Amino acid sequence: MSKVLELSEKHSLSVEALTMAYPHGDRLLIALQGVSLEVQRGEFVCVVGASGSGKSTLLNLLAGLEQPTRGRAHVHGHMALIFQEAALLPWLTAAGNVELALELRGVRNPARSRIAADLLRRVHLDGWEKRRPHELSGGMKQRVALARALAQDADVLLMDEPFASLDAITRDLLHEELERLWSQNGLTILFVTHNAREAVRLGDRVLVFTSRPGRVAHEVVVDLPRPRSLDSPELAVIAGRITDRLKQEMRLHG
Amino acid sequence: MAELAAELETRDVADSAPRWTRAPRLRLWSGLWPQLVALALAVGAWQVVVWSGWRPADVLPGPLPVFRSLFDDLSRGDFYVGLAITLQRAVLGYGIAVVAGSAIGLLVARVSILRRALGSALLGLQSMPSISWFPLAILLFQRSEPAIIFVVLLGAAPAIANGLLSGVDHVQPLLLRVGRVMGARGLGLYRHVILPAALPSFIGGLKQGWAFAWRSLMAGELIIAFAGRQPSLGQQLRLAQNVSDTQQLIALMMVIFTIGVVVDLGFGVLDREIRRRWGLLGGES
Repeated sequence: MSKVLELSEKHSLSVEALTMAYPHGDRLLIALQGVSLEVQRGEFVCVVGASGSGKSTLLNLLAGLEQPTRGRAHVHGHMALIFQEAALLPWLTAAGNVELALELRGVRNPARSRIAADLLRRVHLDGWEKRRPHELSGGMKQRVALARALAQDADVLLMDEPFASLDAITRDLLHEELERLWSQNGLTILFVTHNAREAVRLGDRVLVFTSRPGRVAHEVVVDLPRPRSLDSPELAVIAGRITDRLKQEMRLHG
Repeated sequence: MAELAAELETRDVADSAPRWTRAPRLRLWSGLWPQLVALALAVGAWQVVVWSGWRPADVLPGPLPVFRSLFDDLSRGDFYVGLAITLQRAVLGYGIAVVAGSAIGLLVARVSILRRALGSALLGLQSMPSISWFPLAILLFQRSEPAIIFVVLLGAAPAIANGLLSGVDHVQPLLLRVGRVMGARGLGLYRHVILPAALPSFIGGLKQGWAFAWRSLMAGELIIAFAGRQPSLGQQLRLAQNVSDTQQLIALMMVIFTIGVVVDLGFGVLDREIRRRWGLLGGES
């Protein structure tokens, strides 16, 4: 068996010596410099960094929405992106949004509406299928976005600060929901956040990014048992170490 | 726990989104009375000017004789024949403008070389007074039906094309990203994301296009007269001027005004309905 194939079976996501630079006036703005990381199949990895650490750029490159200056970013499997805003299409109902993802995959009716209803049930939105996005709360919109990601038949989720604009209680509940979907569906998740606690709450591993240029400065393996509580002292200790590290980086480079 | 969460959120939303509770009849009245008051004030002011004797009564008649003239018109069969001619031209000219304007708008949005070639020309055409097309139209088509339709088309199509174009240009980048991640490319992206997102702006273009079409049509009917048909609305206006029948003249202007307003109201309803569905109306939905 070739080396590449071996890699692709074990890893869902691999980034090799990735560099991304944008022209900025007459200078180059380096968003990412020589970033390498690997995420194993079924792993939940969080990326923490201050703003300007190229976290969103990393996800865009993985999603193939931008081309890297140097290096490689690759996702093995079906990938879906989830953003800070749920980014639902406002003219479609909750079910319609999920169904569109199915339609673009070539799923025909009546299977399409049946699967969409089933997915919405899995994120606890039964009864809300016919509502339009503006009738849903922020947390419910993100649930629809999760259902839509599953409808894309995604086994790899790339999440860009998905819960940053939600209130604390809703975020707490969505953490549970996401953890459940992750373990039930055998998903691989790369989760970007600027909140160290959230990263430790969710991740098997936490990668700490530096700012300008973005690089992996530090890696923390979180071996706390699941489900974890955001308020547990053990979690707070690890999160505190990460935050210190972030502050240190910001003093150096910010 | 998650069920409880969903229920909590459910309650939250139900509480935070109060439905419109006032009765529809009351709502209609609250929208209507300021307009009725404005109308009454305008008619009152008109009557006062007539009473002041600023112009002789046969040159500037009061509201009552004008309304009598209007009701006479509305009870005459041949008035409706003329009205039908005008409306037929409006539907035909505007209909062609919608098809042509949409096609041009879409092509210019899609093909970058066309955009560079035609983008600013479309905006220029939109601000060009359509009446300035008439001399050319008359030379091309003589004093005929096609001459009028030609000018109506040129008046309305650029506005419609621009409405679609600006709608396509201002689709939220995030929605485009989502569409691409879901695997929509090229025409699929247009069909599922870009065109629906451009709809409100397109409706705005349609509305503006109608205003231009209606103006062009009235100008055309005033300028271009040809024998053999019942006089259209614009022609009746001209006849009334020729025989100095101001009562009839103002009555016809009221009809022209009303048709414009009614169609405009139709677009307004359409626009509001879309905004309501999309949740763009703020607290009212």
